[in-house]
Amino acid sequence: MKTLVLVEHDNAEVAAATLSTVKAASLLGQDIDLLVAASSQVIAQKASQIDGVSKVLSFVDGRFDNEIAEDVAECVVQVANDYNFFLASSSTTGKNSLPRFAALLDIQQISEVIEIIDNATFKKPIYAGACIATVKTNQEKNVLSIRTTAFDKASAESGNAQVIEMSVTDTSSKKSAFIKNELTVSDRPELTSADIVISGGRGMQDADNFKLLDGIANKLNAAVGASRAAVDSGFAPNDYQVGQTGKSVAPNLYIAVGISGAIQHLAGMKDSKTIVAINKDEEAPIFKVADYGLVGDLFEVLPELESKL
Amino acid sequence: MKILVPIKRVNDYNVKVRPNQSNTDVDLSNVKMAVNPFCEIAIEEAIRIKESGNAEEVVVVTVGDEKHQEQLRTALALGADRAIHVKTENPLQPLDIAKVLVKVFEKESPELVLMGKQGIDGDHNQTGQMLAAMLGLPQATFASKVELQAGSVEVTREIDGGLETLKAELPAIVTTDLRLNEPRYASLPNIMKAKRKPIDELDLDALGVSPKNRVELVAVESPAERQEGIKVESVDELVDKLKNEAKVIE
Repeated sequence: MKTLVLVEHDNAEVAAATLSTVKAASLLGQDIDLLVAASSQVIAQKASQIDGVSKVLSFVDGRFDNEIAEDVAECVVQVANDYNFFLASSSTTGKNSLPRFAALLDIQQISEVIEIIDNATFKKPIYAGACIATVKTNQEKNVLSIRTTAFDKASAESGNAQVIEMSVTDTSSKKSAFIKNELTVSDRPELTSADIVISGGRGMQDADNFKLLDGIANKLNAAVGASRAAVDSGFAPNDYQVGQTGKSVAPNLYIAVGISGAIQHLAGMKDSKTIVAINKDEEAPIFKVADYGLVGDLFEVLPELESKL
Repeated sequence: MKILVPIKRVNDYNVKVRPNQSNTDVDLSNVKMAVNPFCEIAIEEAIRIKESGNAEEVVVVTVGDEKHQEQLRTALALGADRAIHVKTENPLQPLDIAKVLVKVFEKESPELVLMGKQGIDGDHNQTGQMLAAMLGLPQATFASKVELQAGSVEVTREIDGGLETLKAELPAIVTTDLRLNEPRYASLPNIMKAKRKPIDELDLDALGVSPKNRVELVAVESPAERQEGIKVESVDELVDKLKNEAKVIE
């Protein structure tokens, strides 16, 4: 049997999350095919260059512009017979469409897989990362969502897969219609794929002070993140949120500024390679996971740090 | 319009849950239980829609043992009109919960299902999408804004890059994210009134759902601890360490 990976994209590029998902799929030791639903062949062509892929099933239709879950699930169901594993990343796109498809095939999905022990046994965080569960499937076909920070990325350039054009069959399922997107525009790298992330917490005190992070982020080509406390207080937009209810990140360098280190925040960043904590409270739990801790007033530390980088 | 709100009983979100001594499951003995926070947001949204005059009835439903009545009473105290308790001794997985909810949906014929995007226990984030799939209905997940229109609902969704707005014809399934609203607290008079509101009891057999153990829990452990590092005394020392020791900046 074969493994099918759902490709995520923005109609211009394949998402980095897909590369990690392909890497996770390779650990299952089966042939890997990709499924692309997009408004043009561009994404399928790019996906065909991902290392370790046999075929790319390319569904092209104008309505696939926005990866509506109802559409994506229908495409997967159409080809499901040939596969016993179905993988997507646990991004908001994967989380939205994967369970819809799993239910159509009567499969209990396994969410947020961080380790593949064998082809029936997987590890996943539960209780906001406070515990790690090992689960064993009794199903012949399985649907896994992949916590991408737990896996390396497959090469996006060394592959040469065959692209197969698929025809779209419409079913009777009622669907949501796309109205609009309001995406955060930034010159800096995307949070989940950035090499360096600098995040602010409640200690930032207000939205204006978040600009203190921008200067450092620009110098380091880093993404800016935030704790849930900072987002809930209105200091930063929700898509900045790092943690169990936000994004999981694992950059080379994670700088936590004015973040106390609640379990739900740690769940989203503790796999980072090097962690720096800047906090005026030397008892803050964030120091327990930090490689380098600096106890100090962030309003003095941040300008000094920016000037010395 | 009728709104159906499926809810889940979980640990209080302030409690840090740990593995049991034999590492076979989590230890929930003596842990305070509550309505899942995302479900509280769904209840609140349903009540607000009713208060605005756009719905006549809010029905809550949960699936589980006798103790789940506590959470149904909480929902009734917050303003739900009536409750349905689908009784089962063993916890069900999301696919089977969705199958139960299909049956409840068919009995109740709501125009809108509002439910939490995920339980803070298993962190599955599946049931709403599964319910929508099985019913062949549109879904709008991770809602931060829900606007009812004639015969449809417009939902603003929290997605990785920002926000997305979808429109779905009713009936539709909407799952709630954290920023949708801030749930109220139940007042004492409403807690007293809730005791007289009806809870219908159903059992799994009568609904024709037979749960299967598709995915077994083998072990539960604490996550690997990260080793605590060092404290640096100054910004200069920090920059030096990052450049020359960790080699993560240039």
